[in-house]
Amino acid sequence: MTDQPENPLREALADAIASNEVILFMKGSPEQPMCGFSARTCAALTATETEFAAVDVLADPRIRQELSSISNWPTIPQLFVRGELVGGADIVGQMYESGELAAVLGAPATAGSEPLPEMTEPGSAPPLQIENRLG
Amino acid sequence: MPTADEVKARIESGIPGAEAEVTSDDNVHFSARVVAAEFAGLNLVEQHRLVYAIFEDGELGGSIHALALTTETQ
Repeated sequence: MTDQPENPLREALADAIASNEVILFMKGSPEQPMCGFSARTCAALTATETEFAAVDVLADPRIRQELSSISNWPTIPQLFVRGELVGGADIVGQMYESGELAAVLGAPATAGSEPLPEMTEPGSAPPLQIENRLG
Repeated sequence: MPTADEVKARIESGIPGAEAEVTSDDNVHFSARVVAAEFAGLNLVEQHRLVYAIFEDGELGGSIHALALTTETQ
């Protein structure tokens, strides 16, 4: 029954990862991120002048569950490039600062020289508190 | 709620030979820098997975999102 997938959502996510060269699963949208980690990851991609597809995992709680099953990665955001998980916010931030992100994305080497906005200190950021309640 | 010292101990016992520096202002959000020889040959995603696996049982308030992580091999 190849035309009746057992898990249509998981297949749709896998297809989105395979068919978009750069795709970010995040909370909220690039225009209106709903979490500091998603906002910071978007900022890194924008600073490297990369076009990317974005999926808001808050649209349906099942997205996050299925995505983490596919990627074996517990947190959001998740950045995929050419079908491979590059990482979450910590890794993307680290790779941005080292210039590795631009290299992976095939962006100009000059991109990525601007410092990212600092994350608000842990404990004082309302988006993080909301994040923890949502689990 | 775990303290930063408890999170450090968990990481260091979960990854033999690892050294972790863990800080927290509120014992809810943690920032960890983990240095482990075991990370050698692993990409960053694989390194972070090793650390996340230690907290899979729902510590840190059930959300590993509360752990900001940096991993290094030396």
